[in-house]
Amino acid sequence: MSAETPHEVTVRVWRGEDRATGRFEEHTVGADPGMVVLDVMFKVQAEQVPDLAVRWNCKAGKCGSCSAEINGDPKLMCMTRVSSLPANEPITVAPMAAFPLVRDLVTDVSFNYEKAKAIPNVRLSPRGPDGTRRMYQEEVERVQEFHKCIECFLCQNVCHVIRDHEENKQAFSGPRFFVRLAALEMHPLDTHDRLEMIRAKHGLGFCNITKCCTEVCPESIHITDNAIIQLKERVVTEYYDPLVWVKRRVFGEKESTR
Amino acid sequence: MTPTIERDEREYDVVVIGAGGAGIRAAIEAKMQGARTALVCKSLFGKAHTVMAEGGIAAALRNVWKEDGWDVHFRDTMRGGKLLNSWRMAQLHAQEAPERVLELEEWGAMFDRTPDGLILQRDFGGHRYARPAHVGDRTGLEMIRTLQHKAVELGIDVLMECTITKLLLDDGHPSGAFGYWRQSGRFILIRAKAIVLATGGAGKAWRITSNSWEYTGDGMAMALESGADLVDMEFVQFHPTGMVWPASVRGVLVTEGVRGDGGTLKNSRGERFMFRYIPEFFKAETADNEAEADGWYENKKDNRRTPDLLPRDEVARAINAEVKAGRGSPHGGVFLDIASRRTPGFIQSRLPSMYHQFKELADIDITTEAMEVGPTCHYFMGGVRVDPETEASTVAGIFAAGEVAGGMHGANRLGGNSLSDLLVFGRRAGLGAALYAAGQRAPGAVDEHEVEEAARRMVAPLERGASLTGAPTPEAEDPYRIHSDLQTTMQDLVGIIRTGSELEEAVRRIGALRERLDRVAVKGGRRYNPGWNLALDLRSLLTVAEAVTRAAAMRTESRGGHTRDDFPNPDAQWATRNVIVRMRDRQLALATEPLAAPPPELQRILSGEPAKTEPAIESTVPTPAGGFR
Repeated sequence: MSAETPHEVTVRVWRGEDRATGRFEEHTVGADPGMVVLDVMFKVQAEQVPDLAVRWNCKAGKCGSCSAEINGDPKLMCMTRVSSLPANEPITVAPMAAFPLVRDLVTDVSFNYEKAKAIPNVRLSPRGPDGTRRMYQEEVERVQEFHKCIECFLCQNVCHVIRDHEENKQAFSGPRFFVRLAALEMHPLDTHDRLEMIRAKHGLGFCNITKCCTEVCPESIHITDNAIIQLKERVVTEYYDPLVWVKRRVFGEKESTR
Repeated sequence: MTPTIERDEREYDVVVIGAGGAGIRAAIEAKMQGARTALVCKSLFGKAHTVMAEGGIAAALRNVWKEDGWDVHFRDTMRGGKLLNSWRMAQLHAQEAPERVLELEEWGAMFDRTPDGLILQRDFGGHRYARPAHVGDRTGLEMIRTLQHKAVELGIDVLMECTITKLLLDDGHPSGAFGYWRQSGRFILIRAKAIVLATGGAGKAWRITSNSWEYTGDGMAMALESGADLVDMEFVQFHPTGMVWPASVRGVLVTEGVRGDGGTLKNSRGERFMFRYIPEFFKAETADNEAEADGWYENKKDNRRTPDLLPRDEVARAINAEVKAGRGSPHGGVFLDIASRRTPGFIQSRLPSMYHQFKELADIDITTEAMEVGPTCHYFMGGVRVDPETEASTVAGIFAAGEVAGGMHGANRLGGNSLSDLLVFGRRAGLGAALYAAGQRAPGAVDEHEVEEAARRMVAPLERGASLTGAPTPEAEDPYRIHSDLQTTMQDLVGIIRTGSELEEAVRRIGALRERLDRVAVKGGRRYNPGWNLALDLRSLLTVAEAVTRAAAMRTESRGGHTRDDFPNPDAQWATRNVIVRMRDRQLALATEPLAAPPPELQRILSGEPAKTEPAIESTVPTPAGGFR
């Protein structure tokens, strides 16, 4: 264990329904062994602030509901142990900055659910004659990495294309959805071609590979290297490689979704 | 009548309440049948408890063992449930699960593969052959995301962070559902011709639980209030392996896949104690020595199954007994050891999220150290009594699927059978509801008095809270304290081992908590106020807690997930009887009813003979012909 568990823990937690008028409030509660930041919030709710708005579900790092900025770092409250943070100063807990505030630590993440609607689902080639579909572990593993995404939206929150530029939200879907698009593109049996859509509609070109998304991913998905760069390479090959361009002109196109 | 309560209003053919695996699958089916469908989530979409399912979806795909089949799966399920299951549900489940899994693959799920490219299956408790299809130890995430994407593709209306508190009926037919938006606190009335309940269980009534804040039995309580029957409520599953340390993560689930992949349970003396807890019922099929148990993982023909993979009720009781006998681990559990039995590479690839979970939350490296585990409240076998074919409850137009429904699992559920249950019966409930809705011209009329009363009841805690100045008083009860007291009551008195006098005491305490709930007061407003939300949830949680406790008091025997210290053995008289819970004049009323015996063909399967006929995979539910108006 990294540090002796102290007797008390103090948090500075954001309160309010409006970023302009909200403020941090300090609360001190008794500490328990192995406590995570979400436990501290539960104690604050039960003992001091019954209406403190916190969104959570599984409390085991599997559902991605309790995203927040803890001492400025985007993290899941349920997986951040109090003992991993500096012991002699209050823990600052703020809502994610890239999304509109609902109340206290809860933000309106509907932006993400809207973007999800713009991605055509898989459409697989037919089953084999024996009624099965064969895929091999090596092929599925590549995609399984992307399927680990728990939709905590921390990658969206830190992506400065949208975090600092509200106006980009229209034309840019963000790292979570590049992960989703990469999963679809690399599905061995999917029949859609989404490259034009990825380029034009989801704004892949906005990303300048700063890797902020990868750094905050609680599932350690290599978002930049394995999803975004792979997609960028595919787009470049498809649209800017003269040989591919000629081939497409001569032999026609795969069914494309735009 | 003109509405007097300010609210949002929507109208659909089918409203599905609950958006875990069963709810989404039901909504997909209803939508594909052409019904205007709404899917209501208590949380954000894709966060429901299904996401936490780890080990797999049980289905006799026969990719690993050709000897498997629906008949073997059926037999395992019935035996795991101590033969108290609805035989027809167990049959439909075993027959249809493989097709439902292949359908998930069609919709994008990426299961782990066999060397020849098929869906891989793993060993699990109570399953004769390696059966659950899986994705490492995050199968539930794969399932809910796949269903989520399918629902998005179909354009289903998803109402997120929306809690339903009351079902509305008009002369025995649904008129809709009433509740509130969590984000704004505004009321919402969803008018609908048919209702599917898919709200899961009520594990939040116990202190040590794998369940999140949402699992407060809303669907079961609303079904009771609407006049529907509940069945088998005394059977609550305590998953044998939850984390026990550190205190703050106590109850977090450790997948059965750890044992499926070779992990074994040990006590403080290093003994593999499960060999001492093999019940008569499973003796013939369970290894009685370590060599045979270890050999079984590779060779199932010549070896019997390891007792580490007995059904969950057996394992949970054994752990409980070891700890009571003073042979527990330092923090009151037992040891689960895979580190000394499998390579670090194997463990990390098969159980990545378990590795991560112990590393992050407990500073334990499961590739080098044993885990400490103990029972955690996990699953309700009981629930809304349904027709096996259509999942119709005993009230016309109200359907139920998934954990909120009862019957399928009998006295104990096998691991892996809940994800397949969600798919098989979620689909059937969606079909059943769509068919029912197609036969209705419009949703029933809304009784404004009823809506008004529901709304008044919902805002009452806030009105009482508005006059609060300091700490809660006996005149103004605190919802967090009531909840905590309920959890203590259920944990201490209605746990794994029960006894008549303690159950009576629990009923008395729940009654007292109900009186306190009438005085609950909450500070703040309606906008995302967890204290208020909890105060409303407590109503259903207390109703369901009482149903469980009184059903447990009634069943004077031990069977499956229900163990009575004062009646330690199974009783033949109870072998074919279900406890039914109803609500009459706002009071719970209990009765027992006989359980139908399986037909001869299935009796033969239960006695070990293979099935003579191939299963009819096709649905027995007719497709709605009339279409939708």
